Amino acid sequence: MSQLSKRHLIGIKGLTERDLHKILDTADQFKQIINRPIKKVPTLRDFTIANVFFENSTRTRLSFELAEKRLSADVINFSASNSSVKKGETLLDTVNNILSMKVDMVVMRHSSPGAPRFLADHIDAHVVNAGDGAHEHPTQALLDSYSIREKFGDVSGRKVAIIGDILHSRVALSNIFALQMLGAEVMVCGPKTLIPRHMEALGVKVELDVRKALQWCDVANVLRIQLERQQLKYFPSLREYSNYFGINKGLLDSLDKEILIMHPGPINRGVELTSDVADSGHSIILDQVENGVAVRMAVIYLLAGRRAS
Amino acid sequence: MQKRKILDGQLLEITVARLTQEIIENHEGSQDTVILGLQPRGTILAERIRASVEKQTGQDVPLGYLDITFYRDDFRTRRNPLSANQTKVPFSLENKQVILVDDVLYTGRSTRAALDALLAFGRPKKVELLVLIDRKYVRDLPVEANYIGKQVNTIVSQHIDVQWVEDGASEDAIWLFESKETEQ
Repeated sequence: MSQLSKRHLIGIKGLTERDLHKILDTADQFKQIINRPIKKVPTLRDFTIANVFFENSTRTRLSFELAEKRLSADVINFSASNSSVKKGETLLDTVNNILSMKVDMVVMRHSSPGAPRFLADHIDAHVVNAGDGAHEHPTQALLDSYSIREKFGDVSGRKVAIIGDILHSRVALSNIFALQMLGAEVMVCGPKTLIPRHMEALGVKVELDVRKALQWCDVANVLRIQLERQQLKYFPSLREYSNYFGINKGLLDSLDKEILIMHPGPINRGVELTSDVADSGHSIILDQVENGVAVRMAVIYLLAGRRAS
Repeated sequence: MQKRKILDGQLLEITVARLTQEIIENHEGSQDTVILGLQPRGTILAERIRASVEKQTGQDVPLGYLDITFYRDDFRTRRNPLSANQTKVPFSLENKQVILVDDVLYTGRSTRAALDALLAFGRPKKVELLVLIDRKYVRDLPVEANYIGKQVNTIVSQHIDVQWVEDGASEDAIWLFESKETEQ
């Protein structure tokens, strides 16, 4: 059987290890396709996908849209900033209006955790979560896992440190679930104010010293400091953050090992990463972007092909 | 479930040798002939044909593997998505004479998908089809093979299984099954 265990992709939690391997293996085939002179396959030529973004996004939306178009799906885009949401329409009404136009799949980003789950419970179309609040961002975790697997051959046994704002990050949570399921060891590192309490309960190591974290890991997945999500002051200044948690060339050179640097983007250059690190051979940030398209094609292909049981 | 052997190892060897001769006859001296085995079941036959042509002529024939999963026309009607196999076409097909190789020609839908899939690698001068087993009278599309190992009369409820030593079978053999399950 080659199908996923779920009809929707709401989060990594809820998928099985087999699902993850299935998605990553399928992404291998799509990565090969998007590197051909003709990068498109006709698979989803009678399939319509709505990208519904209630929260701003550039790269995730572009990546999804490109993945959909490479699969020959019809694509419609909806973003909340110029829509009826401002006039007071409910989420379900908005989506049902879109579905009346015969849409088969909804890719949604929403600021409220659980919004995609709610949607999946109420509509027939497949739902793909493109980020819900500080809950999950499953396709990012899948592409991060894929990128690690591509470099090392296997995720299992690798040590991954997630560094930065863990508290506000859906990328961190999805990454923890995915990497652990694939057999990696995970550590989080950041200012104490930005690490949620009870992290250890997830089987994750917590480290407050970035040098120790880097010395421990094979891969550092560096998260963006999300200034726009912080209503409180979690650290005194960006400069101080950068001094204590920023990763620069000097710091990397002082380790006695080579590590990979990942970042989900967009980078605050000079804050969490200096330019000489972001643009160095250690960094696989642009590979992540390329892999994002292949992984999203795999997710869409596998969900779209799955009929109701 | 009833089953009947259509070809055994020895006959299969003779058949592959004959198919090789036919290819050499049509492609003698050609520098632009390539062989494409269809994933997953045409690849072993393609490897054998390639090896056999090379042995006979001393000529190096490029070999590729083509996966048609994403080009099929039954994505909407299947219950589950198919798993893709590796496509490996490490050369351009522009102006090449392509021999597509598959084990069984049945409805013709795989061949249609393959014709679609190979266009991603260039515009071939000519495409031919080689199959080990041609199931007559069950075609959905107007597709015929240029090189045929053996023709068999079958009905839809029957199923053909090609077993290769390379795949772990104890001997090469082709079986005809009577089953409720249809092949596709």
